[in-house]
Amino acid sequence: MRARAATAVLLVVAASAPLWVWNPYHLHTLIMAGIFAVLALSLNLLLGYTGQLSLGHAAFFGIGAYASALLSVKLEWSPWLGMLAAVVLPGLAGWGIGRLALKLRGAYFVLLTISFAGVVSLVSVNWMDLTNGPLGIPGVPALAVALPGLPELSFRGKGAFYYLVLAAVIAAYVLCRRLVASRVGRALVALRENEALAESVGIDGTHYLVLAAMLSAMMAGAAGGLYAHYTRFVSPEVFLFTYTVTMVIMVVAGGKGTLAGPVLGAVLFTVLPEALRALASWQWQMLLYGVLLIAALFFMPRGIVPALAARFPRAPVSS
Amino acid sequence: MDQLLQHLLNGLLLGSTYSLLGIGLTLVFGLMNVVNFAHGEFYTLGAYGAFAALVAASLNFFLAIPVAILAGALIGAACERLLLRPLRAASIDTTMLVMIGLWITLQNAELLAWGGVAKSVPTPFPTEPVAWGPVSVSRLRIFVFVMSALLILGAHLVLTRTRLGRAMRATFQDRETAALMGVSIERIHTVTFALGAGLAAAAGALLGPVFLLYPSMGDLAAQKAFCVVILGGLGNFVGAAVGGLLLGIAEELGAGYVSSGYRDAVGFVIIVLMLLVRPSGLFARAERVG
Repeated sequence: MRARAATAVLLVVAASAPLWVWNPYHLHTLIMAGIFAVLALSLNLLLGYTGQLSLGHAAFFGIGAYASALLSVKLEWSPWLGMLAAVVLPGLAGWGIGRLALKLRGAYFVLLTISFAGVVSLVSVNWMDLTNGPLGIPGVPALAVALPGLPELSFRGKGAFYYLVLAAVIAAYVLCRRLVASRVGRALVALRENEALAESVGIDGTHYLVLAAMLSAMMAGAAGGLYAHYTRFVSPEVFLFTYTVTMVIMVVAGGKGTLAGPVLGAVLFTVLPEALRALASWQWQMLLYGVLLIAALFFMPRGIVPALAARFPRAPVSS
Repeated sequence: MDQLLQHLLNGLLLGSTYSLLGIGLTLVFGLMNVVNFAHGEFYTLGAYGAFAALVAASLNFFLAIPVAILAGALIGAACERLLLRPLRAASIDTTMLVMIGLWITLQNAELLAWGGVAKSVPTPFPTEPVAWGPVSVSRLRIFVFVMSALLILGAHLVLTRTRLGRAMRATFQDRETAALMGVSIERIHTVTFALGAGLAAAAGALLGPVFLLYPSMGDLAAQKAFCVVILGGLGNFVGAAVGGLLLGIAEELGAGYVSSGYRDAVGFVIIVLMLLVRPSGLFARAERVG
């Protein structure tokens, strides 16, 4: 009961945010927190539930952003079809990388993902004809819904877009939750905990890990598509390694292998840097990120959410 | 034909520093089972260390390089003591994440200390190249190649021919037995990490004068080092030495004949090919380090 009540309160607070957050910049920060929450949930699917670390998540995010932006700008497709491509293409990339590296796992997967991100970023800078190079692609159309008989609902404004992002976060959360509770989720956790035992009862390790990598890449791609239609501009900056690092810190500090952890981490690490912006420059903040990551691993190795759950045994946490 | 020879020579000269980078990384991985994501930062430390010794302390060029290597090794030893020793029992994933934290911390500390503007290191070598028949090469590059080769040989001799090297290999084969034989386990871990960091710093101190110094230069270096390690097989010393040369040559050929914009993508192509064809590295049979 308490868990339900807490969830309801959280939802009401989240849904009413545009009513009491009157500063557009603060609303922008919340939208970015939502996009990062989807990203952190997607990374957590791999890092938290399979133990495989992807350092190429900025690549899936960026491919999603570029796919949707290019299709809707150059081919003038509906932005919604662009969003579909923003899910499918990164999914294919995730599948391919998973197939290549997840037989060996561990360090191999990390290294392949990180160098994949490097190459995709190189392509975005060098393939001028397609991507316009470092100049990026301006004029990405806003998402809009036109139902027959009703006025068109555009997600151009921050308030409207906030709800779209909130819906995406809830969808990603529910998807992860259902996935974790399903056969697939149990197989992934079994593989993480004891691979030999899991395989002895007939779980095909590589198969499930590739599936997880693909789903994770699809979610990250969706976040990229949202980002492209929100900022209406895409440049090679979407591939910055900083984005991947931020996601890793959100997941590790929030609590990997929990569902609430990545969301909490995403909100904390988007809102805090904005709040601290006046106190510390960007470089100091990145330095702090590094120290925080190390400190979290030393002093709170399981993350904030499990630490809170241990202190308040009945707090609403699903681990 | 002349052009091909030139590319091959350039590749060999560049590759020798990749070998140096790769060996440092493969040692730490093979001996300590730590994926050192901060490896590139020790490279950067080496480069800036040489710059600081040369410009700030106005040391001689040939003195500045060993000073930078020593500084890199010492900082590596300190990092091992502070960050890795308490986590000895932790899983490889935890240490990997801690090393990522160290990477971000060091890189941004370097950015704050030196600023984002690229710096160049003055060298005592004349800039006009030496010509050998159809090919020509700068004196600095020859110096870098010779130094790299000597350092690689030195590291190999330390590992295979000295008491320290034997103690290192013994520790990572069987800690308990090595400890019973009187090996100071903790010290060996620190020395191994310092050796890896020192080799990375050496590569940085040597390549710094060839290229420009900037705080994120280590990212690219780390990427090359990881490619070299996969090429040679994780933990394989000789594999890393040969892998570095191969990567250097492949990059020069790729940049010369395919596209210079995609030079840094060659490593990725190699990693993909290796994972497809020979995931345990080119020299899979020689498993152990040393």
